[in-house]
Amino acid sequence: MGLFDYFHANRKSADVAKERLSILIARDHFHRNQPSFLAALQNELLEVIKKYVDIDQDDVTVSLDREEDCEILELNIALPEKGRYKEV
Amino acid sequence: MTRVIVVTSGKGGVGKTTTSAAFATGLALQGYKTAVIDFDVGLRNLDLIMGCERRVVYDFVNVINKEATLNQALIRDKRIENLHILPASQTRDKEALTMEGVEAVINELKETFDYIVCDSPAGIEHGAYMAMYFADEAVVVTNPEISSVRDSDRILGLLASKTKRVVENRTPVKEYLLLTRYSPERVKNGEMLSVDDIQEILSIPLLGVIPESQSVLTASNQGIPVIINKNSRAGLAYSDCIGRFLGEEIEFRFIDVKKSGIFGKLFGGR
Repeated sequence: MGLFDYFHANRKSADVAKERLSILIARDHFHRNQPSFLAALQNELLEVIKKYVDIDQDDVTVSLDREEDCEILELNIALPEKGRYKEV
Repeated sequence: MTRVIVVTSGKGGVGKTTTSAAFATGLALQGYKTAVIDFDVGLRNLDLIMGCERRVVYDFVNVINKEATLNQALIRDKRIENLHILPASQTRDKEALTMEGVEAVINELKETFDYIVCDSPAGIEHGAYMAMYFADEAVVVTNPEISSVRDSDRILGLLASKTKRVVENRTPVKEYLLLTRYSPERVKNGEMLSVDDIQEILSIPLLGVIPESQSVLTASNQGIPVIINKNSRAGLAYSDCIGRFLGEEIEFRFIDVKKSGIFGKLFGGR
């Protein structure tokens, strides 16, 4: 019995489908509700940071959350381990 | 007042054209003057499903380009009174559908018809956008399968943001879920998403559930909309949809595993 079978032997495939879909659609909605400038902002930030630090596309995330009467712009930059800083 | 209905889905092959044909036929059978427009420019198929492919002379794009009048292009259904088909062009690309052109055709149809059914192409590009833009109501055709449900959700997002009603700040397009190719047996065995699962995820009112049925292929083979076949479970389910659409309260059938016995044997799989 393979690993796949081991984890899925007791689960109905329809349940797996529903769980995957729920997560996927929640994520789609989250991205859909983001203002269009966020992607551009993320790319520009990435370009600037890249000048100094060796990072990848995935290391910068930008998101906007709405709470009752304020909006929170969240900026997350994962810096690499020491030794990968560029000499400027 | 004329109502414009778009039949859409995002994903291809889920039954948009079958549904458009059934819907337009069903509305005409109820006595409403109905026109059904094929928006799938370049891949016209509605004429085949409606069985009028040999009578196509002019098409939607000819009318938009003023190469023919609307009356020259509209095909009168031979079986059902009040039913007219406006076929798509087979040769041009989707860009031939201009916003102004489509609007002019829809406005002219509104002078004569009670219902205008717009058969959307698959995808979320120009043709699909044009098909939904002028809609008052949307029938979102979905298969109980994850990619189809996800695409339907995407289409619902577009209906809520990219239609004329939204742009003009009117009440949004009324959305209905239509599940097709449903198999109660597979749902019971946990192999297929259930009506409840899908409704919970998409959260729009359920218009109907069309069971997986051999009669759908038979109907398209013959060019007779399946709703005409009163011995077909799919046909009956489509008739129920029309009733619900027109405001009747009709109980859902064919969503539970069918009972065996003489009735089940008579109607089984048809």
